[in-house]
Amino acid sequence: MNDFIRDSLDHCVKCTICETYCPVSQVTPLFPGPKYVGPQAERYRGAGPSADASVDYCSGCGICTQVCPQDVKIAEINSRARAKLWEKRGVPLRNQMIARPTVVGRLGTPVAPLANWALHNRAVRGAVQRVVGIHRDAPMPSFAGRTFQRRSRSHRGPVDAPAVAYFHGCGTNYYEPVLGEMVVAVLEHNGFRVIVPQQDCCGLPLQSNGNFPAARTYVRRLVDHLAPHARAGLPIVSNSTSCGLMLKREAHEILGIEDDNLKLVSESMFDLCEFLLRLHERGALRTDFGSLPLTVPYHAPCQQRGHGIGKPALDLLALVPDLHMIELDVDCCGIAGTYGLKKEKYEISMAVGKRLFDDITATGSDLAACDSETCRWQIAHGTGVTAVHPIELLYRAYGLDRRTRSGLVTAEAQPTPVNR
Amino acid sequence: MSYDTVVVGAGLAGLTAALRLTEQGQRVLVVARGVGATHLAPATVDVLGYAGDARVESPASDVAALVASSRDHPYGHVPAGDLTAALDWFRARTEALGYAGRLEENLLLPTALGVPKPSALAPRTMSGGDLRMGGRFVFVGFRGFKDFHPTLIADNIARARLPTPISARALELVLPAQRRVDMSGRLIAGQFDTENLSEWLINALRNRVDPDERIGVPAVLGLRRGDEIWQELETRLERKVFEVATLPPSIAGIRLFDALTNALRAGGARIVLGVRAVGARTTRARIDAVDVANATGTVSHPTGAVVLASGGFASGGIELDSFGAARETVFDLPLIGIPEADRVRFAPGYFDAQPLAGAGVGTDDLLRPVDSEGSPVFTNLHAAGAILGGAVPWKEKSGTGISVATGYAAARAVLAPAAPAVAESVP
Repeated sequence: MNDFIRDSLDHCVKCTICETYCPVSQVTPLFPGPKYVGPQAERYRGAGPSADASVDYCSGCGICTQVCPQDVKIAEINSRARAKLWEKRGVPLRNQMIARPTVVGRLGTPVAPLANWALHNRAVRGAVQRVVGIHRDAPMPSFAGRTFQRRSRSHRGPVDAPAVAYFHGCGTNYYEPVLGEMVVAVLEHNGFRVIVPQQDCCGLPLQSNGNFPAARTYVRRLVDHLAPHARAGLPIVSNSTSCGLMLKREAHEILGIEDDNLKLVSESMFDLCEFLLRLHERGALRTDFGSLPLTVPYHAPCQQRGHGIGKPALDLLALVPDLHMIELDVDCCGIAGTYGLKKEKYEISMAVGKRLFDDITATGSDLAACDSETCRWQIAHGTGVTAVHPIELLYRAYGLDRRTRSGLVTAEAQPTPVNR
Repeated sequence: MSYDTVVVGAGLAGLTAALRLTEQGQRVLVVARGVGATHLAPATVDVLGYAGDARVESPASDVAALVASSRDHPYGHVPAGDLTAALDWFRARTEALGYAGRLEENLLLPTALGVPKPSALAPRTMSGGDLRMGGRFVFVGFRGFKDFHPTLIADNIARARLPTPISARALELVLPAQRRVDMSGRLIAGQFDTENLSEWLINALRNRVDPDERIGVPAVLGLRRGDEIWQELETRLERKVFEVATLPPSIAGIRLFDALTNALRAGGARIVLGVRAVGARTTRARIDAVDVANATGTVSHPTGAVVLASGGFASGGIELDSFGAARETVFDLPLIGIPEADRVRFAPGYFDAQPLAGAGVGTDDLLRPVDSEGSPVFTNLHAAGAILGGAVPWKEKSGTGISVATGYAAARAVLAPAAPAVAESVP
C-alpha cells in the first residue's frame, strides 16, 4: 500500500481549516469533522478497523484535502477508514446495489418505461425506502432506454482526423446519452474523430461505499479497455468529472493500485473542458460561436475541483458572445455520488446543498451549469431549474443543435429538462 | 492557460497582490496548496505592535525607526507612501467589512486571553473594543465554546497596562438547543447566519448589561451575515458591541478571505486550491512559465510575472530539514537570516530570540528576491508576505501589515517594472 496517504497525517498542525470547510459536519452532529475523523482518529486505527463508525458519514467530497495547507490527505484517509469499517461489517445490500451503476443500468435499460415509472412513483419509492433504504425523495435520473454505446455504433463520424478516445461513463450511457452525442458533436466540430471504447463503471461508487476489492476489479477492467488507446497516444476525454478523477488519481491514491495500464490511462486522461481549453491555448479550438444571450450560474463540483485544473468551463464559455456565467462559490451540492440517495443521509445531503440551491435560485435563472451528472440531478431536484453540462452551452453556441450535421443529434434527441 | 501574473499563495499577501493586479486589468491566476493564515489570524491588520518590548502607539512614526535599525526588514522595501496607500486601498476593497483605524495610531483590542493587542486596522465588528478609551466592559462567553473564557478575559484585561483604567466583568450564556457537545466557532457562526441566534442573544443581554457598558462577544456572529448581525445587535441593544478575536478557526478571518476571493472571482481571476507550484520555466533571469502540479501531472502556465506569497516555515514556503538546511520550496531561492552551519539554530526558550526567526528571502526595493550579490534572481519575480526575511512578525505584531503592504507593493512593482528603485523607505 502506498502509505504516503497515511503518513501525511503527521503534517497535520490542527489548524482546523478543514473543519471550517467540511460541508457535512456543519449540518449534522453525526459527522464530527474531517480533522477528528481523519488525521486524529487515524493515529489510533492502526491495522484494524475504525472504532468510531462516524467515518461513514463523511460524504467523500474531498474539500478538506483541497483546502488543507499542509498537504494532509484527509479525505483519502477517511475513504480508506470507511472501507476498513465495511470490510469488517460487510457492505449492506443497498450500498452494493447503488454502487454498481452498470448493473442497475443493464437491468433498467430494457424495461426503461416501466423502470422510470417505478422510479418516480411515490408508492414504489416508499416501499423501496422501507425495504432497501434508498430515500423516497432522493433524485433519480430516468433510463434513456437506448444507451449511448448503442447509439454511437450507428454513428459515422469523420475518418481522416486525429482521434480521441471518449470515456463517457455510466451516467451518459444509461441516463444522458444525448449529452454524449453533444460531446461527440463538439469534438467532431473541432476536427476530431471520436472513438468510443467499450467501457464499464470506473469503480468509484464502490470505492465510496467501502467495497475496495470490487472497486479494484471494476477499475482494472475499465483501464484494460482504455489502455490500448492511451498506448496509441490518444488523449482520453471524459465528461464525468468524478469518474475522470478516479482514473487520474483516486484509483492509485485511495485503492492503492500500482499498475502500468492505470498509470498510462491516468496520464492520458483529460476532463472534457480541460481538453477543449488546451486546444484553445494552442489556437486549435474553433471559435465560430453564435450569440447565446443567457445568464447562467455555474457550479464547479467538489470532484471537479479535485482535478486541480481551475475552472476551464468558465474560460471556454467566456468565448461565447452574450453568454454571462455567474461563478458560484459553494463547495458541494450534497449528493456526493450515492451519499444523498441513502435514507439516513438524504436530509444531510439536502442541508449541505441548501446554500447552493439558494444561490442558484437567487440568480433567477432557470438554467444552471455543472460538470458532474449526479450533482446536476441534485441541483435540479433542489431548485427546479434545468441543470446542464457546460458542453451543452458550447454545443448550442456552435449552432450544432440546428445543424444536426453529425447525424447523431436529431430534433427528438434534444435535451429534456433533467428529471426531478 | 497563460496569465499576466501567477500568484503563488492564497493568504493575505497573495490575495492582496492578486486583487490589486486584477483590478488593474490583469489576468491573474492564484495557485495554493490550500487556504492560508486568514482562517487562523484575527482579521486585523497589524502594522507594528511592538518595538522591542515597548508597545507602539503610532506605527506611522515607529516603522521608520524599525527600518533604520533592521536593514533587511520587509518594510524597508515598501516605497515611501505605499504603506499608507496600501492600507487605504485595503480599506476600500473590504468596504463591506468596514475596517476602522489608521496608520497614525494603533487600536488596542482585547484578545481571547485578555491581552491588549495593538492593531492598525480592525473590522468595525471588532474596533468598538478599543481599550484606550477606558470605561466599563462586559465580556460574554458561550458555555461549551472552547478556548473562550470570559472570566479569563475580564480578569486579565482588568490587570493589563492601559492608558486609561477600565473595569471589566464576565457573563456566561448558555446557547439555546445545542445539538452537540463539541461546539466550534464555525458552527455557532453558521447558526447565527441561519437560525436567528441574534434574537436570542439580544434577549439574553438586554436586561443584564448597563447602558454604559461595552459588550464583547466572541467573533462568531455569523459568517455570511456577520457585519449585518453585529449592526443589528448594536442598534437593538443600544450598546456598543464588539467582537473579540477567537482562537482558530477565525470566523472574522474567513469573512476577510471570502471578501477578497469574491472580489477576485468577480474580477475574473482564477483561484485554484489544492495544487502545488513546483518550479518555473526560465529564460536567463526571467520566468516564462510557472509549473503547477495537479491531479495527474504538471502544467506550465505561461506568465508575464510571478508573485511569490507562499508563506514562511509554518506554511511550507520555507522548509528546514533534519540536518538543519533551509530551502525555499518553489523556486529554490537564496535565503537570508539563516545562521552559519556551525551556529546554534534554536534557542532553548520558546519566546527567546530565535536565530531562525528572521529567515526568508531577501529582496531589492522592487521586492524581487536577490542573490548574495544583491542582484534579482529573476527580473519578473516578486515576493510578498511571510516568505520575506528580516522580520519577526510574531514579536513585532507586524505579520498582517507586512502581508498587505508587500502584497500591494509587489503588485505595484509588477505593474510598473520600469519604475526606478526607490531608495527612500517608509517615513
